[in-house]
Amino acid sequence: MIELDRVSVSFEGATEPVLRDVSLRVDEGELALVVGRTGSGKSTLLGAITGHVPHFTGGTLAGSVRVAGRDTREHRPRDLADVVGVVGQDPLAGFVTDTVEEELAYGMEQLGLGASTMRKRVEETLDVLGIADLRGAALRELSGGQQQRVAIGSVLTTHPKVIVLDEPTSALDPTGAEDVLATITRLVHDLAVTVVVAEHRIERVLQYADTLVHVGAHGVVTQGDPAQVMLTADVAPPVVELGRWAGWSPLPLSVRDARRRAAPWRSLPTAPRPPVAAPGHALLDARRVTVTHGTVVAVAEVDLSLRAGEVTALMGRNGAGKSSLLWALQGSGPMRSGSVRRRHGTTSDATDVRALDAAERRRHVGLVPQSAADLLYLDTVGAECAQADRESGRDPGTCRSLLDDLAPGIPDDRHPRDLSEGQRLAVVLAVQLTADPPVLLLDEPTRGLDYAGKAALRRALRRLVERGRSVVVSTHDVEFVAESADRVVVMAAGEVVADGPTADVVVASPAFAPQVAKITSPQPWLTVDDVRYAVGEPS
Amino acid sequence: MAGPLTPPLPRAVHPAAWWLWAIGLAVAVSTVTNPFLLLTALSVAALVVLSRRGSSPWARSFRLYLWLGGFIVGVRAVLHVLVGLKFGEPVILPLPEVSLPSWAAGINLLGDVRLDGLVGALTEGLRLAVMIACIGAANSLANPKRLLRSLPGALSEIGSAVVVTISVAPQLAESVQRVMRARALRGDTARGIRAVPRVALPVLEDTLDRSLMLASAMDSRGYGRRREVAPGRRALTAACTLGGLLASAVGTYGVLDATTPGWMGLPVLAAGVALSLLGIWLGGAANARTTYRPDPWRAAEWLTVGCGAAAAVAVQLVRRSDAAALGVPLDPLGVPALPLLALAGLLVAALPAFLTPEPPPPAPRSVARPRPVATEVHP
Repeated sequence: MIELDRVSVSFEGATEPVLRDVSLRVDEGELALVVGRTGSGKSTLLGAITGHVPHFTGGTLAGSVRVAGRDTREHRPRDLADVVGVVGQDPLAGFVTDTVEEELAYGMEQLGLGASTMRKRVEETLDVLGIADLRGAALRELSGGQQQRVAIGSVLTTHPKVIVLDEPTSALDPTGAEDVLATITRLVHDLAVTVVVAEHRIERVLQYADTLVHVGAHGVVTQGDPAQVMLTADVAPPVVELGRWAGWSPLPLSVRDARRRAAPWRSLPTAPRPPVAAPGHALLDARRVTVTHGTVVAVAEVDLSLRAGEVTALMGRNGAGKSSLLWALQGSGPMRSGSVRRRHGTTSDATDVRALDAAERRRHVGLVPQSAADLLYLDTVGAECAQADRESGRDPGTCRSLLDDLAPGIPDDRHPRDLSEGQRLAVVLAVQLTADPPVLLLDEPTRGLDYAGKAALRRALRRLVERGRSVVVSTHDVEFVAESADRVVVMAAGEVVADGPTADVVVASPAFAPQVAKITSPQPWLTVDDVRYAVGEPS
Repeated sequence: MAGPLTPPLPRAVHPAAWWLWAIGLAVAVSTVTNPFLLLTALSVAALVVLSRRGSSPWARSFRLYLWLGGFIVGVRAVLHVLVGLKFGEPVILPLPEVSLPSWAAGINLLGDVRLDGLVGALTEGLRLAVMIACIGAANSLANPKRLLRSLPGALSEIGSAVVVTISVAPQLAESVQRVMRARALRGDTARGIRAVPRVALPVLEDTLDRSLMLASAMDSRGYGRRREVAPGRRALTAACTLGGLLASAVGTYGVLDATTPGWMGLPVLAAGVALSLLGIWLGGAANARTTYRPDPWRAAEWLTVGCGAAAAVAVQLVRRSDAAALGVPLDPLGVPALPLLALAGLLVAALPAFLTPEPPPPAPRSVARPRPVATEVHP
């Protein structure tokens, strides 16, 4: 169905090609998973399949790409619209109309299908995706998972032979992601659609993949059986890491398979919980914080105390009020009632954070917002760092040295937009840390980070809390939480529904349990490191 | 149409029908300063809007047009007091008159305000306000996006572009808000000129990114697809469109310039418009696009357009026979007449409020989300 023959892609001004001599083949009805480090060229590979590279992006493509028998050399993306459906990362950015029903029909209108066909297919698609009750709803008011399913539905109505998805679940909470993945597997199994999907969080899709495409360093692409390719891939989810370490062959790809192999570990005497370090004194006390947006109650009377030396993970569905709570805690966001007080040492003095002005406030509580790049507006990294030193009243070079700690080797003259996702986050983090706030809040920092990027972030946060700071990370990434958080707070509908040590909270929840916990339960292990530590040598 | 006892099923009346109706009503009042007739037309527009507007956000916009109308009447009155020509009898507000120097001869500031002149100014302001209310009525009754959807094939892509542009505005406001909030996180709450580059740069980058994403999404969904067209036909389309434009330009010149021969006026203009329309029709054939659930054009639409036209025709008839009845007798001031034919025409324009199908009920706006996953904590 998809054939790439010795394809190389290079963009003007780049020293080396993004993709080098790629040959791959995906047959009809297969699910191909594309994996690789951030910036390795996954999106370029997907673009080459859909014809966006080079028709839309420019650049030079050598070799040939054939999709459903059509060569992308002669067919622009719009000429492939009847055979290839494309779903992007941010569904809202790709919507052309404003209601569900019209969006589903848009592609068919462009192809010139008859009125009765369109009507029938819209109804069928609403049923296939289980969104019939949303037909008249406005697209902006849907939850992230619903939007992504509408986006998939809107390409499905044209009955494409191939659907290409670029990180379809990256912005979704675990349950929303499961809905979308269930939809994707249903397409492959029931409708025999060929699906190509790129994903950072491989653990979500790996077990469903028929073939794995690994985009490695220097644009070298390998394709093969998932278990084979995963043995050597430079990105690996916990289940694969565990399998590699334990030397299991064939490599288990799903929790179910790994659980069978891990049976001996379960019968080991249940190891005692690793001792939980006693939390320090409270740095920030929030009492009955309430945030409303119009008539919607985003945060309802939340009490939260942030302690020194603790990484707190804030979890919950999209729209549960996580961001609103973080903004209220920082003091810049709206707050209807309640108080946020910053405690000084163990004494009873406290500063009302919300009464301070913006410049003073960021010395007490720092926030890295969801779209971190909003904080950057100068044209070089060096200028941003110098500006950060000035606005925080620090010695010149403070921000730069923080940045070098976080992500070494970013040249001063680089434009912030030319950085990778992880590097840009490092710059913003350095800018916010220049003010040296005792409390640091991060809103969804793991979006777009690969496993190595997340490990770097984890190390940086660990160093902060070791210096007696308190860190809050809101995230959907259960694996990241398992590895980096000491404490987990779960929000639902604006209220805190669970608050406790990571091991207690995530293991108890079917949606939030990390892979290692699922594989080795009832052992109290959450990460591969826990297993390594407890088991010692793999048997 | 269904009989009087079985009301038609709720559906949206074709947006073009509402626009034509509103234009008819606006044309009718455009020559009227008689306040009885103007207020009748205003009530007719308000009645139809209240009974037949849908549930979309812009359906609530009629009130804004009424405010705008009120503002216009006010401005007209203030201008009259400031620089207007004061005539007629009873002085109601004695004010000193200021004569301007010779370079602005003929304009006098202030001066005694007299009732006749003020009434004249107010009725003229009211006329403009009612015309604006007519346009506002069309905007509240007809979904502008649906109107763009019913454009002919060759123009449908422009329609899509306009729809996208309309939806960019709220997004832009959203990004500005987001970036301003992010600025506060860096301790920068500067406003005014100094803050412009710091806000504008991220916002522009954001907007550009989104536009590119949208363009790429539209491209892969087939926007701008073309059917194979024979070269001859393509040449014909181009010739019609270009020739039509040229002829329209020449015709317009002919109409405006009295010294050109008569044939260069209206006939050439008409031919140009016809050629352009032909070009659009030919060009639309290359576009394979179809419309999902197009708005039908049935009896209710004909009725709506007819009612609007009836108002315009009735007022024109009165204007031919008894033009004075459409105005207010000024100098001396008198009670305006009530031309029954014009009044009847305007009242006919209210019929769509009763005879067209009701608008469909609003779509459910709040969407039930899946139930929360139970989370328990074991102490």
